[in-house]
Order: sequence, then C-alpha cells, then structure tokens
Amino acid sequence: MSSVSPEHLSAGLELLGPTNGILTIKLLGDWAGPSDSVSSASDAVLEAIENAADPNARSGATVRVNLDGAALIGWDTRVLVAIAAASKLAERHNLEMDLQGLPDGMRALLRLARAVPPRGERRSNDEPTQLLALVGQSAIEVGRSLSETNEFLGQSMLSLWRFVRGKAQFLRSDFIEFMQVTGPQALGIVGIINVLLGVILGFMGAVQLQQFGAQIYVADLVALGQTREIAPMMTGIVMAGRTGGAYAAQLGTMQVNEEIDALKTFGFSPMDFLVLPRMLALALMFPLLVLYADALGIFGGYLVGVGMLDISTTEYIEQTRKAIDMGDIALGVVKGSIFGILVAITGCMHGMQSGRSASAVGDAATKAVVSGIIAIIVMTAVFAVLTNILGI
Amino acid sequence: MATAETIAITIDKLEMAYGDFVIQRDLNFRIHVGEIFIIMGDSGSGKSTLLRHLIGLQRPSKGEIRYGETSFWGMPEDERRRFSRRFGVLYQSGALWSSMTLAQNIMLPLKEHADYSTKEVAELASFKLSLVGLAGFEDYYPAEISGGMRKRAALARAMALDPEILFFDEPSAGLDPISSRRLDDLILELRDSLGSTIVVVTHELASIFTIADNAVFVDAEARTQTALGNPKELRDHPPSEKVGEFLRRGVSVESKKEAGP
Repeated sequence: MSSVSPEHLSAGLELLGPTNGILTIKLLGDWAGPSDSVSSASDAVLEAIENAADPNARSGATVRVNLDGAALIGWDTRVLVAIAAASKLAERHNLEMDLQGLPDGMRALLRLARAVPPRGERRSNDEPTQLLALVGQSAIEVGRSLSETNEFLGQSMLSLWRFVRGKAQFLRSDFIEFMQVTGPQALGIVGIINVLLGVILGFMGAVQLQQFGAQIYVADLVALGQTREIAPMMTGIVMAGRTGGAYAAQLGTMQVNEEIDALKTFGFSPMDFLVLPRMLALALMFPLLVLYADALGIFGGYLVGVGMLDISTTEYIEQTRKAIDMGDIALGVVKGSIFGILVAITGCMHGMQSGRSASAVGDAATKAVVSGIIAIIVMTAVFAVLTNILGI
Repeated sequence: MATAETIAITIDKLEMAYGDFVIQRDLNFRIHVGEIFIIMGDSGSGKSTLLRHLIGLQRPSKGEIRYGETSFWGMPEDERRRFSRRFGVLYQSGALWSSMTLAQNIMLPLKEHADYSTKEVAELASFKLSLVGLAGFEDYYPAEISGGMRKRAALARAMALDPEILFFDEPSAGLDPISSRRLDDLILELRDSLGSTIVVVTHELASIFTIADNAVFVDAEARTQTALGNPKELRDHPPSEKVGEFLRRGVSVESKKEAGP
C-alpha cells in the first residue's frame, strides 16, 4: 500500500493491492487543480499499471485493474485523458480494466470517446518534404498558374471582342463607379507621391549638378525622368496596391458568396459583367492619371529648382519645355495604359480564381498586389531596353 | 400527378469528379415535369456538387444530363448559357448581389433578358418581392435584412424569369423552424400555381416528408445512389439499412422493432 499524495486537496492516488491479482487505483483529491500535480498524478497511474503488469513482480500476476473515483473532489478532461492512456496501456499488457468505480459522467464521456474507432492512418504533416519533391511541386504549380493565366487572358480577349461588337453585358452604373474610384478618387494619393518624387529627383540632381554650376539641368532631369519613367511606374505601383488589391478582394468575396455562380446561372458571363468594366475603367483612367502625375512631378522639381537653386520660374519652365517633347510624354502615357491593363488583369484574375474561404480572399488580394507590382517593374525594365534599342 | 409521364430531366450514368477524385459515379434517375424532387444524402456525399452539375456550373466527368431530349453539356457554351435562363436557382447563402438593392437584384435579369419597359420591370420586381412577403423592401441592400428575408429575396430573384425548373440548395439551412416551414409551404404553392419542376438539395427530414414527391439518396461511402423513390415509402421499406436510418433520424430498423409493442 502506498500513497502518492499526502494532502487530499491536490490531485493524487492511492494504490490498493494487488491482492488476488486485482489492483485498485483510488483517485483522490482535486484533479481539476494545478497542472503539475495533475500531470504527476497521471504519470503515477501509468507507472502503477506498468509495475502491476511486470511479470517479475513480487506480488504475483495481476489480471485486473480497478479504477475508483469515489473520492475525487473535482475533475476535468485531464482525468479522462489519463484514464484513456491507462486503458490503452492496460490493454497492451492484457490487463482487464474495470471502470465501474468511476463517476457516471466520466464513464459516459469515456464511452463517447470510444464510440467511433479512430481513423486508421493519421494525416502526417510532419514528414519532412524532400528537396526534389519540393522542386517538382513548385514546377507543377508554376505550370498550372501559367495555364490559368493563359486561359484568363484568352477569356479577357474574347470578352473585349464581344464588347467591341456591342454584345457584352454589364451595368453602365458599375462602369461609371469604377471610373470614379480609379480616377478622381485616386488623385490625392497619386498626387502626393508624385510631387514628393519630383522633389526627391530634384534634390538628387541638385547636389550633383551644383558642383559644376549646371543647376539649370535639374529641370531636364526631373522632366525627363518623371515623364518617361517615374510617373508611369509609381502610378502603376500605387494603383496595384490601391485598386488591384480591391478588385481581387471584391471578386473573391463574390466568389465566396456564390454571387458569381448566380450570375452564371442567369446566363451572364462573369468576364463581361465583372471583369470587363473594371478593366476598361482602369485602362481609360490610367493614361489620365499618368498625365496628372507628370505635371505634379515636374511641379515638385520646380519647387526644388526655384526654392533651393535660385532658378527663376520662367527659366525653369523654359528649360523644361526644351527638355521634353511630345514623344516623351506619349511614351509615359503608353506605358501607363499598359500598366493599367496589367493591374486590372492581375487584380481581376486573382479575384476570379480565389478559393471559397475568408483566408483565400486575403491570399487573392495579396497575390494581386504582389504580382501587379512585379509585372509593372518587369515591364518597366523591358521598356527601358526596348526604347534604348529603338532609340525612342 | 397527371404530368408524371413527361420527363423534365434525365440523369444518365453520371460521374462527378474533382480531378482524379471521384465523388459519385453511376447516377441514374429521372425528374418528371411538375414534381418536387429531393436530392438527399449524408454530409460530404456530393449533393450540392450534383446540383452544380445540373445547373451548369461544373462539367460531369462522365455521363450525361438531358433536359427533355437535349443534352445539357453537349451544347456549346453560349447556347448552354442561354438555356440556363430557364432555371431559377436559390443558392445556399442566397447569393444576392451585394452591391445592388433587392429590387435591382430582381430587375437585373429581367432587364437584360426580357423585352420589358423600365416601368414594367420595376413593377414586376415589386410583385415578385410581394410574393415572398417582402413588399416594401425594394430599396434595402442584402446586408440590411435578416438571413431568412435574404433567402426569400433570393427566391424572388430565382423566380424572376418565370423559370420552368427551380433549384434549391439547402433552402432551410440557417433558418428557424417557422421560417423553414413557411419556405416549404411556399415551395408547394409555387409548384401548384406555376407548375414548375422543383429540385431541392436538402437533408432536412421535416422538409423532405412535407414537400417531396420523389427523392434520390446519394451515399458518401458507396459513392453512388442507393435509393430512389418516394421518401415516405423509402422510410417504410428502406432498400438499405443506411437509407432507413437516415430517414428515421438515426433510429435503425432493428431498434425500432425492439422498441415497438
């Protein structure tokens, strides 16, 4: 006879026997109490069963274990876990387990837990992924996303063709609202960013050019840099974050909500109805945004030129006018239109391909923004090389 | 039913799969014109997926679905899209277009597909809303009304084009017993007054016994249909233990006999 817990307030147990092959484990005290006393008591239960099953035990062979819970003050699920583990251990040692002495509620819960046998094989996630498997999986993934992109592009083209023939159905009010959101409502952020970029560009140039008294060329630097490169690229990045992400989230939520399915069963093409007006709105508004960004960027450079370098307003304007021609502005606007379409495509595509859960919509928005920005930077690089080769 | 001979939908050796994973195979049944047909089954059996096949959202991996004599998936996409305007679908979540008011939701299909004047369209939308007890809610957005009202509004939209066939995906999901009973009554009235064919996916026993003429049971484990017929008859003479248990809400045939006098 041995007692593990002297005071009856913390979890403990008392072992009776084994006598005549029967070991009785009396659970004592409060098993709903502090974690350490409960876990050491559960370990003691397992140890007692392990000892009882030992064929070399002095007390002779044990065939049955009685669990007695009559003296328990309190218990929670941890007792059940301990008893379940004890039962499993007893089974492994071919010991009979008698749970009759436990409170009714406890027995009912244990019965419930055993009612449905556990699934044969557990799902194993902890298996380390092999490097080769990882490479293969990513390759398959890339292949799939390429073919999905292809399909989406093809569908957009078909949709555009239907629009040209006047057969595409969408709501004019939707289209106007998208123009409102992508155009006028974007003026604030596009404006702030481009003024500041003009200022930064002006400063960078000023520090260098001042060294050999060529301050006036700050106007050239800002005007050329802004119209050809910075305005379209930064507007693109701002719009990818602002509108691309919003498109993906809107369409993804509609996917979750079965709203896109509902459109399909009413015979509407979701491409025409949802994607087309969004794309057209961005493609129309983007060139205008780029022109606006050009003007504000040049204004930023002008602030530096006039404020810091003592260039007069007329001089600065005259120099700017000489530095750029329509070709430079047109190049920026063309780039802007292409970026607009890229932002619309990445936003709408990830929205339409979104899964049907809240986290999938979040993923879709993230993917839309990230791939939109990457597409814009890559496209800017392609343009830089092309204009250099073609001498534009 | 007098119209019982005319077949509205034929499901012929249908197999449904996601990639290589087959959900159901060898489904064969017919739905007659003017009947209320239930697709029932345990969770995960692919009832809703079957509905998606019937309304053109998912292509069968094998087999055929025929409306009358026309093979639904054999049609070119444009034609199938036009054909599906004969359906009205009530989605599980309602699926009202959230950026539009209730009236606009109903008016959209009317405006685009029918040759009515703007005034007519607005009147029709109000009338459809009053049919489902939502008169006066024309200018509410879906987010502003309760779940039960949203379902009824969605039903009004499903009926917008006076469909020949109405599909319901778990109509009573998320509704309280009274609203769910009202929806059942509404379904019966619709069938009796419009003569539409109605296909309902549900596992709500009360609904099944109230409204069904015929039903098919799709089994998640067997991966095929295991019962076909009137649910009350299936309950009294179940073709398999599982179907009997399902229709008796988990009470197996044996235990019922033991409990009986």
